[in-house]
Amino acid sequence: MQEIFGLIKEKAEKLFADGSVNRVLGWKKGETEYDRIPSVFESAEELEEFVYDGFCAANLSKYLIRESREDGKIAVLLKPCDSYSFNQLVKEHRIKRDNIYAIGIDCDGKLDIDKIKAAGVKAIQSIEENGSEVIVHTLYGDKKFNRQDVLLERCLCCKGKDHVSGDEFILAQNRVDTTVKDRFEDVRKLEAMTPDERFEFWRSELSKCIRCNACRNVCPACNCIKCVFDNEDSGVAAKANVDTFEENMFHIIRAFHVAGRCTDCGECSRVCPQHIPLHLLNRKFIKDIDELYGEFKAGADTETKGPLTDYRTGDAEPSLISDRGGSN
Amino acid sequence: MHRIGVFVCWCGTNIAATVDVKAVAEAARKEPGVVFATDYQYMCSEAGQALIRQAIKDNALTGVVICSCSPRMHEATFRKTVQAAGLNPYMLEIANIREQCSWIHKDIKEGTEKAIILARTAIAKVMLNKPLTAGESAVTKRALVIGGGIAGIQSALDIAEAGYEVDIVEKQPTIGGKMTQIDKTFPTLDCAACILTPKMVDAAQNEKIKIFSYSQVEEVKGFVGSFKAKIRKKARFVDENLCTGCGDCTSKCPSKKNKNEFNLGLDNRPAIYIPFAQAVPKVAVIDAEACIKKKTGKCGLCEKVCSAGAIKYDQQDEIIEREYGAIVVATGFNPIKLDKYDEYAYSQSPDVVTSLELERLMNAAGPTQGTLLRPSDGTHPHTIVFIQCVGSRCDDARGKSYCSKICCMYTAKHAMLIREKYPDTDVHVFYIDVRTPGKNFDEFYRRAVEQYGVDYIKGMVGKVIPHDGKLLVQGSDLISNEQVKIDADMVVLAAAIEPDPTARSVATMLTASIDTNDFFTEAHPKLRPVESPTAGVFLSGVCQGPKDIPETVAQASACAAKVIGLLAKDKLLSNPCVARADESLCSGCSVCQNVCPYGAITYEDREFRIPGPKRSEIRRVAQVNEAVCQGCGACTVACPSGAMDLKGFSTKQIMAEVDAICR
Repeated sequence: MQEIFGLIKEKAEKLFADGSVNRVLGWKKGETEYDRIPSVFESAEELEEFVYDGFCAANLSKYLIRESREDGKIAVLLKPCDSYSFNQLVKEHRIKRDNIYAIGIDCDGKLDIDKIKAAGVKAIQSIEENGSEVIVHTLYGDKKFNRQDVLLERCLCCKGKDHVSGDEFILAQNRVDTTVKDRFEDVRKLEAMTPDERFEFWRSELSKCIRCNACRNVCPACNCIKCVFDNEDSGVAAKANVDTFEENMFHIIRAFHVAGRCTDCGECSRVCPQHIPLHLLNRKFIKDIDELYGEFKAGADTETKGPLTDYRTGDAEPSLISDRGGSN
Repeated sequence: MHRIGVFVCWCGTNIAATVDVKAVAEAARKEPGVVFATDYQYMCSEAGQALIRQAIKDNALTGVVICSCSPRMHEATFRKTVQAAGLNPYMLEIANIREQCSWIHKDIKEGTEKAIILARTAIAKVMLNKPLTAGESAVTKRALVIGGGIAGIQSALDIAEAGYEVDIVEKQPTIGGKMTQIDKTFPTLDCAACILTPKMVDAAQNEKIKIFSYSQVEEVKGFVGSFKAKIRKKARFVDENLCTGCGDCTSKCPSKKNKNEFNLGLDNRPAIYIPFAQAVPKVAVIDAEACIKKKTGKCGLCEKVCSAGAIKYDQQDEIIEREYGAIVVATGFNPIKLDKYDEYAYSQSPDVVTSLELERLMNAAGPTQGTLLRPSDGTHPHTIVFIQCVGSRCDDARGKSYCSKICCMYTAKHAMLIREKYPDTDVHVFYIDVRTPGKNFDEFYRRAVEQYGVDYIKGMVGKVIPHDGKLLVQGSDLISNEQVKIDADMVVLAAAIEPDPTARSVATMLTASIDTNDFFTEAHPKLRPVESPTAGVFLSGVCQGPKDIPETVAQASACAAKVIGLLAKDKLLSNPCVARADESLCSGCSVCQNVCPYGAITYEDREFRIPGPKRSEIRRVAQVNEAVCQGCGACTVACPSGAMDLKGFSTKQIMAEVDAICR
């Protein structure tokens, strides 16, 4: 990614220089070697802090809800999967497309620091990405990883390396396909469980939730002016999981709210400090929607009505649900 | 401060036999906010309503709960009652303790317990009710009739007679429907064409009636009083205004071997044809799939012979948009397909026919010019077996569970006519029951048996076996308890009737409901039989259930009376229970607009104050057009942020109801 890092930075500087944008939305280095923070750069000088590497996993599209309402034009860097969220936000009129210059950038899969740490790596000083290798330099010496082994789960079932939107694209010469896994594989495992087993699985996962709201805050589909969980009138507003009902239901309600709109960007699971596999809830919905209404990719374009908000006479009858064993 | 009154109805013994009404009133009185509770034998009676009015005045009630029958029955009645006593009519809630309680429980303890919960639920809701005021909407003084059979024609004629415009949309090239194919009609045996064709002509000549033949309704939007329909007028490749119906083209057309739909495929017609001599409009139509010119570009004979210059090979489908105040559904029926009844050899022998095919074989305009001849060899049949209930009253998945109602009578008619015209023919009828209720109907059937000597055999046929040009019919005679074998020349199957296949799509388009057999559902099976539950949509003829011609015509006129009643109004009160968007919560995501079946939601850019140096921002927010919204609530559940709410059925009210049930 080093080659395109230079190209992106050059492009950003050029955009500042010719005045076509007054801000660039990208990433900068955080406190640690693997912490990358979404950041708005307001001048070419500020771009000194700009970084693009294997840890720039954050989906920047949601920041545009606020940023595209500011004066002037902003350039945004979109990885292929982010471009779906971007389209979805355009479709929902949540971002002002005219105020944005979207640059599609290449991605060879993003790294999962938890997988690296799980291999017993401590005291990381720097991380070097070298083609198919990731070399972690620590106080106790170097540790080498095969890049594929330390990718985020979502990158192992990557939606593809093509952008679905963008004004310009900066792509690597040799593009890497990281897909090794069917993204519904884990959903099928859940479906194969008995209702009791499945309940137990989710009960134990969801009970880990500390209601930090990170999943909601990062989710590009969770973009309401005021979340129902923060709306005192709704009767469900609360900050902490005061009872088991809430810890169970928060995520399920959230999954319902984003159903048909979720692009499976995987940010919810990536940011969860408790490592709850939240993306599985969304993927179950996506799989069901695909099966009931035909394959649908939220954010593939900016016009198509989502299957859950579009009635067609050929749609599956509700009885189909019980035929599928929905009564369980 | 709430002052709620609760009124518990006995409904005679309908409720009181299974629910301790006094206990319900007693329990309701203890609910917070309730200041008055009582029970009465018939709350909907004048005395009952007077009791409610008096209690409202005496106790200065702010809200009323009536524990009675379904709100579909008497909500409107009680709204008027509370309004007469000075309350807003929407400060009323009905707890349905009849259909949802007393009628489905046997145990008085259980029933009472549930009735108390239902009362409590309604009390919880009424506490959150707000006074609502109904708006007004205009009425377009024109009706749309979907289907131009006898039902549609009769409804249209009656509506036009009252002075309102009517459009008939018929998918076939001519109006007239199934009745045009029938030879004689029971119980008077007058010829169908003789009584139908004058009506068809009346419809065509009536200046208030516009006929769109060979057309289909593609889309209906709007609501009662103000529907907007898109009608697709299919290209018939003949200019309707120029064609004189002379028939020169049809006799010259070289593509002659096409199944004649009018004679149910028993003979052929040319690619350009007029369905039958009395067709209305009497205009030719080109069957593009059979036309040599349309297929190969060569031929053009019809164009050459047409002195009126009416042939237009390049004619395109036309979309017509029209507005209507009311819609009549008259989509009719078809006999079922008999491919699943192979035991009767329908697909194996041309001499096994359906009753409707027999009508064509006996009709003077039919393929045999009215002489009954066997389709296989054109000889006169001497033994004919009729089999009743083919697919009717059927308990397996092949057929229909219902009685098709018309078969007993038309079979008696067929048997009688055959015996009358061909006395040397033996006629046997296998039946499960003979059902002949109706004026002069049983007398008619008895005449077939007693005067014409038709052999009625109680029992069903197991198998029909074609052999040596004959049909061996094996059946059972349940009265003499023996097996019967008859060597027949022809077998006639009384196929069940089913709603036209378009019924389902029409119902979907109109958001009108249909039952499991695809018959349209009426608003009330006894008291509102010609209205659909969807306001402004009315039902005429067999689309609502099996009917013979007299019943169809009666229902068609009843339906017209309802339409006239609606069109006679200048304004309609609209339902105030409509959606409202909370602008402070709305993100402008368009989800509600996507799901709104009425197109009631638009968006506006509004300025909102926000914290920070910018002080305000422009946001796109949803606006509900209250005149168009029908209060279906689809938007309220689709809205991710809960910005949409339904007046009279707010999320808070519904949650309060749920809480009250769970308490």
